[in-house]
Amino acid sequence: MTGVLRVDVKLQLGAFALDVAQDFALSGVTALFGRSGSGKSTLLRVIAGLEGRAAGDVVMAGQVWQGAAWIPPERRGIGYVFQDARFFPHLSVRGNLEFAHARARGLGGPGLDEVATALDLGPLLDRRPAALSGGEKQRVAIGRALLTAPRILLLDEPLAALDEARKAEILPYIERLRDQAGVPILYVSHSVAEVARLAQQVVVLQDGRVLRAGGVQEVLADPQAVPFLGPREAGALLGAVVAAQDSDGLTRLETGAGPLWVARIGAAIGSRLQLRIHAQDVILSRSRPEGLSALNILPATVTAVQLEDDHGATVQLRAGDDLLLARLTRRSVAALELAPGVAVYAVVKSVAVAQGDVAGAQPR
Amino acid sequence: MDIPDLAPLALTLKLAAIVTLVLLLIGTPIAWWLAFTRSRLKPVAEALTALPLVLPPTVLGFYLLVMLSPKSPLGGAWFSMTGSTLTFSFLGLVVGSVIYSLPFTVQPLQAAFEAVGPGPLEAAAMLRAGPFDRFRSVAAPMAARGFLTASVLTFAHTLGEFGVVLMLGGNIPGKTKVISIAIYEQVETLQYAQAHVLSAGLLVFSFLVLLLVYTINRRFPLVAG
Repeated sequence: MTGVLRVDVKLQLGAFALDVAQDFALSGVTALFGRSGSGKSTLLRVIAGLEGRAAGDVVMAGQVWQGAAWIPPERRGIGYVFQDARFFPHLSVRGNLEFAHARARGLGGPGLDEVATALDLGPLLDRRPAALSGGEKQRVAIGRALLTAPRILLLDEPLAALDEARKAEILPYIERLRDQAGVPILYVSHSVAEVARLAQQVVVLQDGRVLRAGGVQEVLADPQAVPFLGPREAGALLGAVVAAQDSDGLTRLETGAGPLWVARIGAAIGSRLQLRIHAQDVILSRSRPEGLSALNILPATVTAVQLEDDHGATVQLRAGDDLLLARLTRRSVAALELAPGVAVYAVVKSVAVAQGDVAGAQPR
Repeated sequence: MDIPDLAPLALTLKLAAIVTLVLLLIGTPIAWWLAFTRSRLKPVAEALTALPLVLPPTVLGFYLLVMLSPKSPLGGAWFSMTGSTLTFSFLGLVVGSVIYSLPFTVQPLQAAFEAVGPGPLEAAAMLRAGPFDRFRSVAAPMAARGFLTASVLTFAHTLGEFGVVLMLGGNIPGKTKVISIAIYEQVETLQYAQAHVLSAGLLVFSFLVLLLVYTINRRFPLVAG
C-alpha cells in the first residue's frame, strides 16, 4: 500500500512493551498523543530505526524500512527533531545546519538561506548551540531537520521543554511547516491544546498500545476519550468560517452546529478556523433558556452519555453537523433525564480558536 | 666525561611513537565497542584490557617470551615466514609494548566515547550520516580530548617501560636496548654520571611533552560537552 506509513511492531524494553499496528496518513500532521511513558517517543524511535531490537514491519509508502528488508536510519529520509535538540557541540549553529545540508545535496531539499529565513535563524548562525535559548534551540533543530530534505518529519515533543510564551512563539513556525513544506509530520505531544491546534489525525497511545485513532475532531468529541484526555482538556473541535464582523465588537462565526459569536477575531471574512469548545464550558438545558446572558445557545440532540467513576459525566451532543461534548455532574444527568435522543439546548460559555489563518489567533 | 650513547634514547622514542600509533589504530575500535556494546561479554573484555595494569611486567613479559619464542606456534609461524625471531627483536618489543600499554589507550578513549553517548550519533544518523561518517564527523571531534589523553599516556607509559622489554628483548644495542635498560645497565656497572645524563634527559623530555600537551589543551579547549 502506498501513501501511508504502515507500522506493525513489537518491542519489549524491560517492563514496558510497545505493541502497535497502525497506518499513518502521509499528509498533514498526525499527532501521537499520550501520557509520558505511553510509548510515543519509543514508537517514533522504532519508525526511525533507532531501536534495533524492535520486531515487526515498518513500510513507508511501499518501501520496506524494516521487516523483509532493513534500511538503516541514515537512509530513511527522516527529519527528526529530538526533545533535547541534540546539536553537535563542536560546531556552530551554521555548522550544525551545514552538516545536514551537505549530506542532502542533490535531493531537492530547501537551501540553507531559505530555511534560515523561514525560521528566522539569521542572527543565530554564528552562535554556539550551547548559547541558544530553549525556543531558539527548537527553531534551529527544526531547521536542521528540514535541511535533510526529509520525506517525513518526526517531531518528538518539540515544545515540551518550553514555557507558554516560548510555545506560542514556535507554534506558528510549525503551522507554516504543516501548510507550506508539504512534508508529512508525526508529532508527539501530551498536550491536547497542541494536538487540537496542529493535527488533522490523532493516534492515542496508552501503555504501549493504540487506544484510539482517527480524525482529530472525531477523537476529541469521543466521550470515551475523556478519561485519557483529562476532564479539563476534553472538548469538541469544530470547523468555522468567519461570517461577519459586527459593529459591537463581536465576530460571527458559522459552524456546522449553528452561528457562534465571539470577541472580535482579526481575520478576514471567509477565513476558516478551528474552534475548541471545552466540555466543561458547555451547560445543558432541556428548554430554551430565557433571560440568560450567554450569547451562544445551540439546539442539539444527546447522542451518548458516559458516566465517569467519580461524580461526573460526559454527554455527547449532535448540533447540526457537528459534535459537542458537555461535562456535567451525574446528578444533573439524572435530573434532566438525559439519554440518547433527548433534545436539549447547549449553552456555550466560551469558545477558543484552535487553528486558523489568523495571525496570533486569539482565544475567546 | 664520556659522550653518552644516545642510541637508546632514539630507539626508545621510535618504539614509543610506533606503539602509540599502532595502539590508536587497534585501541579505537576496542574502546568504541566497549563504550557502546550491550553484550554480556563486556565485563570480560574490560577485565582483559585492564589486565596489563595490574600484572607485574615480568609476568606479562614471561608469557610473551613463551608465546613469541620460535618454539611456540605463533613465534614459530613468524620464524618460518620471515626467518627472524620475534623475541629479542625490535618488532617483539613493539608487540609486547602494544599489549603492555593497551589500557592506557583504551580506557581514556572508552571514557571519551561514553561521554559523547548515543545521542549525538543518533542525531547524526537522522541527518543522513552513515556509521563511519558519524565516527569521523561527530564522535572523533567530540572525543578529541580523549584521543589526546590516550596518546600522551600511551607514549609516556611506553617510554618508561622496563620489565616487559627486559624479559622479551634482552639488551641488544641498537635493536632492543631502550633507555630504561641502558640506565639500569649503567647503574649496575656504577657509571652514575652516564645514568644521570640519560635519566635527566628522560625526565626533562617527559615533562616537556606533558607541558606541551596541557598547554595545547588549555589554549585550544577542544570540546566542552
